[in-house]
Amino acid sequence: MNRLLALLSESTNFSTAQLAMILGEPEDYIKAQIREYEKSGIIVGYKALVNWEKVQDAGVTALIELKVTPKRETGFDEIAQRITEFEQVESVYLMAGAYDLAVYVRGETIQDVATFVSRKLSAMEGIISTATHFLLKRYKEGGILLDSQGDKQEEREGI
Amino acid sequence: MVDYSKILNKKIKEVKPSGIRKFFDIANEMEDVISLSIGEPDFQTPWHIRQAGIDSLEKGKTWYTPNRGFIKLREEISNYFLRRFNVEYDPKNEILVTVGGSEAIDAVLRCVVEEGDEVLIPQPSFVCYEPLALMADATPVIIETKMENNFKLTPQDIEEKITDRTKVLILPFPNNPTGAIMEKSDLEAIAEVVEKHNLFVLSDEIYGELTYNGKGHAAFSSIKNMKERTIVVSGFSKTYAMTGWRLGYALGPKPVIDQITKLHQFGIMSAPTTAQYAAIEALKNGDSDIENMRSQYNMRRRLLVGSFNKMGLSCFEPLGAFYVFPCIKSTGLSSEDFCTRLLKAKHVAVVPGNAFGESGEGYVRVSYSYSLAHLKEALKRIEEFLKELKEENPQS
Repeated sequence: MNRLLALLSESTNFSTAQLAMILGEPEDYIKAQIREYEKSGIIVGYKALVNWEKVQDAGVTALIELKVTPKRETGFDEIAQRITEFEQVESVYLMAGAYDLAVYVRGETIQDVATFVSRKLSAMEGIISTATHFLLKRYKEGGILLDSQGDKQEEREGI
Repeated sequence: MVDYSKILNKKIKEVKPSGIRKFFDIANEMEDVISLSIGEPDFQTPWHIRQAGIDSLEKGKTWYTPNRGFIKLREEISNYFLRRFNVEYDPKNEILVTVGGSEAIDAVLRCVVEEGDEVLIPQPSFVCYEPLALMADATPVIIETKMENNFKLTPQDIEEKITDRTKVLILPFPNNPTGAIMEKSDLEAIAEVVEKHNLFVLSDEIYGELTYNGKGHAAFSSIKNMKERTIVVSGFSKTYAMTGWRLGYALGPKPVIDQITKLHQFGIMSAPTTAQYAAIEALKNGDSDIENMRSQYNMRRRLLVGSFNKMGLSCFEPLGAFYVFPCIKSTGLSSEDFCTRLLKAKHVAVVPGNAFGESGEGYVRVSYSYSLAHLKEALKRIEEFLKELKEENPQS
């Protein structure tokens, strides 16, 4: 795996000087690599990883399983693309298995999400069925444990 | 009333407890402490190795093993050592499985030295050699390794300490706490002195899999004519992150292994059975785990060495184990003072270099068996600490 990308995708915000030391490369090279990744769309953005559990009035999140009829030329891409355009939609994935598209939707209330699913999603051409699951609690997100206080508790005892 | 001072052995009373312990104890009482003081892998034992231990328990394999360890395990150790370090040991006669490397060190010293024999101990080094040599009735003779030699042992260092009572040389490389390694050419130079003075060598190669020079570790017994006068001590703790399983081994000439096996037989019986089953799996299928852990350690090592040098704590490049040993003399503080003040001011725990021998004074041992995120936070605090020291003492 690409080590630089792996380090950048971790939550620890290393400086380019630190990344250079860790990887044993000149800092200029690291900077150039990052610019290259940004330019070519390998790195698409940087954002804070928010623990929404701790935010009041953060709304609700639902996972919606969609069964879809693929189009002759474009397969699932065209309908997936259209779904991404709704601002309520956080993520869209094409899945292997019992359903085709997994769509994560955020809304202010359960009612909001329900309305979005019944009026917008279900009404789209090509949608065969939907199944909506509301998210109750987040334990780990983007590789980060949300409940622990920062660093994992040290379990090794001094000898 | 029992007078324990009359009951207890004089020598053991004179042995000082390990100086590493003290800082653990202080650190444990503080909140928000970030420690860089632990000398064991942060990784858990790889799952397939744990699974092999669990499987053996499920099958009810809870009996003693042969004194020397399962023959299957000794065969795997033999294959492993040949594969990795190019030295062949006979599983039947030249290998003893022990309770960690420490038991092997103790047993070798007790079976080789007699009262008045001198044991050469390079320092800074792990804390066990001097007390164990003393308890074996030997006279420890300390050799100080120096930063200008990258904390390597040189033939001249040995020559200066040779007397007609010198019997054993301890070779603690890759080294805890300095991170120094001895390359093949360094060992060849040592071998000449060893042969010239007819010394016996106890080579503690417990960190043998953790070297970062790209060339790998050279076992002392791989040097010409050295196999017959060397016991190599190693184990599973550092190599496979198996510290708690307590499993090590001694490799050496049959006449010596035969004698230390007797001591092991009467004092220990056999090394832990579950651990032996797990170790067979580790040796058979664990080479890629070693590779993975080594590359993680290497990234952390580079971050620490680079950062300390940048902060003005000069730090020679350690090419082995998982410690860096920065020089703190520029702060004007002793090792103990530096560690105590750093702990109090910034809640960062590192170990004073002099816990590993007087020649460690002026240095501190920093372990990188911690995550990069943990190291980053610790480095930030150490940098703040140094800045505050400077403001307090502008001339230094």
